[in-house]
Amino acid sequence: MNSLRKRLFIMLAVATSLIWLGAAGWSYMQTKKEIEHVLDARLQEAARMVASLVADGPVAQSQGPVSPPVLQESASYQRQLACQLWSFDGRLLARSSGAPDVHMSELPSGFSDSIVNGEVWRVYAVEDQAKGIRVLVGDRLGLRQRLVAHLIEGLLIPALLVVPLLGLFIWAGIGQGLRPLSSLAASLRSRGADDESHVDGAAAPTEIRPIIDALNGLFSKLATARKHERDVTAFAAHELRTPLAGLKTQAQVALAAADPAMKEAALRQILVAVDRSARLVFQLLALAKLDAGLDMGREEEVNVLALIEEIVEAAKPAQRERRVSLDPRLRGLVIRANRELAALALRNLHENAMIYSPEDGVVQWGLGAGGTTIFVRDEGPGIPEDELPLVTDRFFRGRHKSVSGSGLGLAIVALALGRMGAVLHLRNRLDGPGLLAEVRFAHASR
Amino acid sequence: MRVLIVEDDPILLDGLAIGLGLAGCTVDAVSGCADARLALETSKFDVVVLDLMLPDGSGLDLLKEKRAAGDLTPIVLLTALDRVADRVKGLDTGADDYIGKPFDLDELVARVRAAARRGEGRAEPRLKSGGLELDPARRSVTLDDRPVNVSRREFAVLLALAERPGVIKSKTELEDRLYGWQEEVESNAIEVHIHNLRAKIGRDAIQTVRGLGYRLKAER
Repeated sequence: MNSLRKRLFIMLAVATSLIWLGAAGWSYMQTKKEIEHVLDARLQEAARMVASLVADGPVAQSQGPVSPPVLQESASYQRQLACQLWSFDGRLLARSSGAPDVHMSELPSGFSDSIVNGEVWRVYAVEDQAKGIRVLVGDRLGLRQRLVAHLIEGLLIPALLVVPLLGLFIWAGIGQGLRPLSSLAASLRSRGADDESHVDGAAAPTEIRPIIDALNGLFSKLATARKHERDVTAFAAHELRTPLAGLKTQAQVALAAADPAMKEAALRQILVAVDRSARLVFQLLALAKLDAGLDMGREEEVNVLALIEEIVEAAKPAQRERRVSLDPRLRGLVIRANRELAALALRNLHENAMIYSPEDGVVQWGLGAGGTTIFVRDEGPGIPEDELPLVTDRFFRGRHKSVSGSGLGLAIVALALGRMGAVLHLRNRLDGPGLLAEVRFAHASR
Repeated sequence: MRVLIVEDDPILLDGLAIGLGLAGCTVDAVSGCADARLALETSKFDVVVLDLMLPDGSGLDLLKEKRAAGDLTPIVLLTALDRVADRVKGLDTGADDYIGKPFDLDELVARVRAAARRGEGRAEPRLKSGGLELDPARRSVTLDDRPVNVSRREFAVLLALAERPGVIKSKTELEDRLYGWQEEVESNAIEVHIHNLRAKIGRDAIQTVRGLGYRLKAER
């Protein structure tokens, strides 16, 4: 039952019907009681009337049955009352035309129900000791029930006719009441796919307001997410297309140049551009892997110094002139982490430091305060203070750009460290130019 | 033809500078809005090739600012954002042309030439004056349908004069067209080029206006 309208309709219809049935049952009982009361009173009155009509003095011998019918009654309630007049010695002195010729009641006086000739009778008996007669007045219960049934019928038939009408009103009323919902649905249905505007909830009923507020909140979130997506896509397009444009232009220069030195210079630029593109591809893959939240394997004990040495060794060919110094105190620092994640983060930090260090600069890896923090510092230009909070955004490339930077390195570092529960802190060096990147590990021991 | 390139990617900037240089342009290359602003304030360029996403701002803002200031220098936008909406926005902001990355160097050069041409107010790609005809695309000169061999610099000088036959160009203006900032200008370089050109296209084709400069003889 997924339609609110059907649900409400059924609930209301069932409730209304139950109340109606209850009311009908109650009025049936009441009517029946009232009718019995009135008819009993009539029996009693009729019996007394007959007794009083009988002439004073003891009743003589039977004069044979009385042939009474007095009135022509209407068809359905013809001969409702039957009357018998018995002498104390058991002779039927007289009876009305509808009355049976056997005793209608064995009781000397009062009300009783008895079965005569297969029919149930309600009988009132009255004795007159002075006259020596007993008057029995009765009516058939079947007749009484018919009377009650007719009355109830009169009540129920209009009610049954009204029920469908009532159902119709309930159905239409619910429809009207649910109108704000359907108009909300219609306005949502008619929205364009990229429509992020808020739904106007000013005129909406209070019950729907929370839904509209929640929807609007969702739309806002969606708009923010979309904008972010667009920005990232735009940056990605820029970062992917620009190196390609550079490659192509340099290739065309190499083809067009007649001067061998110029040709060679262009070819060298192509090499740099290819290296840069390759690095960008690796980083995009790493980022995609991090984003997908793939399980990179279990956590293990990682010796930080050994890991950094590995990274430095692997990166060597590209950095002949730049020097790297490793603080021996790093020895013994062991972190509990996923090795691949840790390597990804530290490698990108190292590459970053290498890229931005001047030719004769030194990249230093050291142990920070507390013994669970490591840092790497370079002698590059650092990062302008206003850009510091932005550099971990994807594709953000600040004013101090490098040839081979992709705008992804620090984003990868932050993401990978976040997955490890470690924290990255970047700041410019105070003791000279350069950037200091600090990593605080969550699970480190010495 | 003097071109300013504003592009933040060093490899692309280098390729563009050399490529446009090979095509006979005098190129100045900068990598940010601030430098571009400075360059446009201090020198006159025939065309600006402008990247949109620059580290210190948007090329679009620079474009808007220049157009608002009444600078009519033809601008070719160079950008990685090449959705139709981006292109429309760029052109509506006042750009003369729009080319998406990656692009073909030859196409870019042709677009730069076309933008320069429109900047001078002519549609005909070749310049004619009397029997003299210059083709900037091929960097060829013909005199009465006979080809004339000229060097890159000589062609640049002749082109500057042929854009407005009869109008005087000062020696400084000619030097500006010939040399970028980084290039050393020899004091008598223009005189030498004029001398050589006269030997090739006729003594009186280029007239010296004493104290003012040179001009191409209007009609023969």
